[in-house]
Amino acid sequence: MMTDIRIDVAVIGAGPAGVAAGIGAREAGAEHVVVFERDWDLGGILQQCIHPGFGLHTFKEELTGPEYMHRWIERAHGAGVTFRTNTMVFRMEEDGSFWTMNPDEGIQHVHAGAVVLGMGCRERPLGAIRVPGSRPAGIYTAGTAQRFVNMEGYMPGNRVVVLGSGDIGLIMARRMMWEGASVEGVFEIMSWPGGLRRNIAQCLDDYDIPFHLDHTVTQVHGKDRLEGVTVAKVDANKKPILGTERFVACDTLLLAVGLIPENELSRMAGVQIHPVTGGPVVNQCLQTTRENVFAAGNVVIVYDLVDWVSAEGYKAGKNAALFALDGLPKATRRFDVRGGENVRLFSPQWLSDQEDATIFLRVTKPIEQRCRVTADHGLFSKTLRYARPGEMNEVHIKAEQLRMLPPDVREIIVDVEEE
Amino acid sequence: MTERETRKFICVSCPVGCMLTVHMEEGRIVKVEGNACMRGEAYAEAEVRNPTRVFASTVKVSGGLLPVVPVRSRSAVPKEKLFDIAREVARVVVEAPVKIGQVVLVDVCGTGVDIVASRSLEAEEKRAG
Repeated sequence: MMTDIRIDVAVIGAGPAGVAAGIGAREAGAEHVVVFERDWDLGGILQQCIHPGFGLHTFKEELTGPEYMHRWIERAHGAGVTFRTNTMVFRMEEDGSFWTMNPDEGIQHVHAGAVVLGMGCRERPLGAIRVPGSRPAGIYTAGTAQRFVNMEGYMPGNRVVVLGSGDIGLIMARRMMWEGASVEGVFEIMSWPGGLRRNIAQCLDDYDIPFHLDHTVTQVHGKDRLEGVTVAKVDANKKPILGTERFVACDTLLLAVGLIPENELSRMAGVQIHPVTGGPVVNQCLQTTRENVFAAGNVVIVYDLVDWVSAEGYKAGKNAALFALDGLPKATRRFDVRGGENVRLFSPQWLSDQEDATIFLRVTKPIEQRCRVTADHGLFSKTLRYARPGEMNEVHIKAEQLRMLPPDVREIIVDVEEE
Repeated sequence: MTERETRKFICVSCPVGCMLTVHMEEGRIVKVEGNACMRGEAYAEAEVRNPTRVFASTVKVSGGLLPVVPVRSRSAVPKEKLFDIAREVARVVVEAPVKIGQVVLVDVCGTGVDIVASRSLEAEEKRAG
């Protein structure tokens, strides 16, 4: 059986972005708001992030992932958001409608006044980083291992090497220690950590886990089960240095080598994807290049803090509702954002003159001294104590400032430079 | 002669991760530098006297929608007891349904801190799909 359903705002994904988007849409006046989730449970990846460290900005206390999501889900129920779990969105059309499948209702074609994409991101797998050797059991992304240990209740192995120093890898190094495994080391190809500095301190230093910058895994060993890895120091071009190779015995290799926004559906909808962020090109209303499709959270750009994901989700939901009800205020002027000095990626990519804007950005290289993040034409300037690739920075611009710019200004460049 | 010592910590109270320099005299803190907020001073004090961390793990569930449920120490516990706590928590089995905030272990390892469930979990038969 196949049916058409019509709603005001549809949200895809019930992780932190999607749950907040549902609330934002309801609180902005949308009547029928439905969040579609492929899992049986709400909360997305936060349900497996059982360590504390979430919500300091939102709730002024540090919660575990499940506690953080519990509060948001309660709030969403209170706001009258409808959730549809066990429901896979398997296809999206260019008009923004999409197709869902679930065991109770079969296939449905959903037509919404506006859609919010909240699919989050995926981990970069081993295949994407080209490590030679066989493919024995025992090699997992850090997030997969996190799900095994924290939700399914079994250990992936006893002797662990972590490749990459993203936050999930650091958190899992500590988690495996607490579960009785040994962690032989964390190896990071870059000259700086991928994750937050506090996670280096509380997940590695606290347990004397060796942390090797400028190192990578050059080979995996073992036929059926992983028996060890060869690690080597890398040069300035990230090529392994001959003669620095050594064997590290292990039965488990965890990969924490980056996250990729999950945008298969966005592409089907014809939404423009930015080549550097890997997420939809959006404006400060989180509106994509399809005007009835909005996007928020890690599907747009990978954030450090879930608080920002929730805040952006709320904003996307609110704007989607306003769009579906009366339409958003039309931009009378439009400004392209560009990354200048030491800016690797940023979002949103363009600004309308109708809304205040926050631009999130990441630097290419760390600056370990006082520096300054600026937006040109004197729009924004803030002194920072440091700037690191693992930690996002923000630029705030008021709509009024944008409206006052000389008429020939069509571009805003953001920079991070030493003072 | 006054005994002076300088110790360095990365504050883990929030994601900023301030690099703290703690100046000590005769085992007492006289000055904390590098902190962007007051939490840094409290953290430095604790790191010098009695370092503590919040413990988070899982316990087995019988009859639950999932085989394990996440738990945490209600507040921070002494860092040196973390592995003892991990061993004690590993022996706990709770019965579904579990409610968020429910105490699963009272006064873990004599710390005075309870271990509580950090999510709710329904009993197995309710599982959809």
